[in-house]
Parts: sequence; structure tokens; C-alpha cells
Amino acid sequence: MERLSFTYPAHESLTRRAHVGVVGSGDLEVLLEPSSDPHAHVSVTTSVDGFAAVWKNVLDRFFSRFHGAALIEINDFGATPGVVMLRLEQAAEALRA
Amino acid sequence: MSTAAAARERFLKRRSFIELSARARARALLDADTFRELLGPFERLKSPWLPLQGVVTQADDGVVIARGLIAGKPAVIAAIEGRYQGGSIGEVSGSKIAGALELALRDCERGAPVRPVLLLETGGVRLQEANLGLAAITEIHAAIIALRRHVPVVAVVGGIVGCFGGMSLAAALCSTLIVSRHARLGMNGPEVIEQEAGVAELDAGDRALIWSLMGGEQRYATGFADALVEDDIDAISAEVRQAFVQPPAAARTEQVERFVERLARIDMQQPPTPQLLRGLWSRADLP
Repeated sequence: MERLSFTYPAHESLTRRAHVGVVGSGDLEVLLEPSSDPHAHVSVTTSVDGFAAVWKNVLDRFFSRFHGAALIEINDFGATPGVVMLRLEQAAEALRA
Repeated sequence: MSTAAAARERFLKRRSFIELSARARARALLDADTFRELLGPFERLKSPWLPLQGVVTQADDGVVIARGLIAGKPAVIAAIEGRYQGGSIGEVSGSKIAGALELALRDCERGAPVRPVLLLETGGVRLQEANLGLAAITEIHAAIIALRRHVPVVAVVGGIVGCFGGMSLAAALCSTLIVSRHARLGMNGPEVIEQEAGVAELDAGDRALIWSLMGGEQRYATGFADALVEDDIDAISAEVRQAFVQPPAAARTEQVERFVERLARIDMQQPPTPQLLRGLWSRADLP
């Protein structure tokens, strides 16, 4: 198990929160809440060690489109980068719904 | 419309229970727009024991507690997420279920009945939390027995994990047990039996054999479940509502003599096949 943290600048304030996914095989859970500062803070707990660079790539790409000031908690159980991106997009969509 | 076309149409219209998450199942079984979650994921009431053992936690510890209405009456649903740690019951997830049932009991005792429904999809106790999980399961058992004196306690086993271990006892304690054909119900799961007693005793990979022994259809045919349903939210929802309108005269676990007499019909030297068992233990024998 490994814990990783990332911070990104953000300029859209949020009012809602979103929860998607499950900590099941090949899947992950995303909890997204408003952040009080103009940043997005991501804390990842993953069952698979040694993939910090891949996490950074996926999150860099997500935050090139998402600018919400959010606290994002990710609990991962071996999801592939594609699944991680889909769950993040799903959480962002749930904010808009 | 031909029979095949009608069956196809029915299948396409069906809303699968299996395919839904625990949260979505609870939402789907409550009356529309009445779902209100207690101790949801943002409360972050999760297992303190799993991280110490290098296991990633889920923010709700795999149990969803929801209040709402069932047929217009106050209800509480405890739904286990089978995809998280096999739906296993730890200290926190078990206490959430026990606490929800105990609060429902308190409401019943003060004359405000609450309809309790358990959506069970679980391998039983979470081995990493051992006795703490088992203690929570006994609290669930005690709460079901206390609560069913006031109101029917209804359980649904409809997920792919099935319902095993101490939680199979919880299922058996409920006033009404609803199962689907996909369900499995038993004390020891097939993998555990194979591991402990060898593949000659039970081949856990033989799906037809496993379901013939502990599948929903067999459990219904032999009187261990009260309703057999398709994997369909509407069908399950209708049975849940019916269970509160027409509760059984006596819980299964109150009929000790009847079940002891059933056991006496079995010749242990020549154990019956699953098919013969349906004759020996016909559900028609039960009230």
C-alpha cells in the first residue's frame, strides 16, 4: 500500500461534493469536496506500490481540463490509468448534475 | 408476440439488482426520492485495522445505511457492498448495521415502527478484523431477534458473492428471506470447504454442483428462503413490500422441533443428492 499527494492550482470554487466508485478489484473510490484555498489537493491511497509517475501523468492530464478547487481523496484497488481517468471524469460530471 | 420475443422483451426491461452498487440498490428499493443516507462516505467512518495490515480502506467501510420510506412507511435499509473486500463484516461495517437495527428497535419500542431491510452480499466476518467483526455480527443477530418481535425483518440475498458465515445466520434469523437464483447461502463458502476438506469433498470450481447445493433455487425449494425472485429490482421490491404486508406466522429459528425432525430424516451413511433433498425437505412441510 502506498500513499501519494499532489497539488494543482485551481480557480473555480466548488459548492458541491461527489462520491463515485468502489474499492473493488480493478476499481477505485473518489471523494471530491470543495477546498477552502485556490488549489486542488489530491491524496491517493493505492494497493499497488511504485506507480507514482503514472499517477502524476493521469492527474496532470485530468487537471489540464478540470480547474475546481477540490479536496480529492482516491482509494484505489489496482485500477488501470483508464479506469482512474473515467472515475475522475465521473466525479466531475456528478458535480455538474 | 412469440414466447421468445416476450421473454426477450422482459429481459431487456428488467433492471438488474446484481449490476447496482449497494447504494444504488438501497435507493432503488426505497420509495422514489426518499433515500437519505446515514454515516455516508464523507463521514469517513472506516476500518482502523485494515491500513495497519496494508489494505486500502473504503470511506463507508462497505456498508450503506439508508433511511426512507417503503410503501409509504418509515424504513431503514442496510446494504452491503459485495465488491469491497467480498462484503466482509468488520468492526465498523458490522457496527453500522447493528446500530441501524438497534435504532429501529428503539423507534419500534416507542410506537413508531420502522421497516428494516438487509441487503446481504457477504463472505461473512472480515478475517483481518477477526473477533471484532464477529462481535459486531453477534450484535446484528441479537438486534434482529429483538426487532422481529415488533416488525418483520426482511433480508435479500441477490448479489453474486452470496451470503456466508455468521451473516448466513443473520439471514436465517430474519422473518422473511428473499433470494434470487444467483444467490448462494451457506455457513461455509465452497472455497473454504475445498481448502479445508480437499477437492474430493467439494470442487469449488463446479458451479452447477455449488448452486445445486447452496444456490437460491435449492434454498427456496427446501424451505430455507421464503421467496425466489429474478435478478430484477421490481420483482425484489414487490417481494420486500409483500413481506411487510404478510409476515410469516413464526420465524424459522423459532421452529426448532420442526427442523430437528427434518435432520432426523437424513441417513448420514447415504447423504441425499440435492434433488432427493428437495423431496425430503419439501418447503410444503413448513407453515
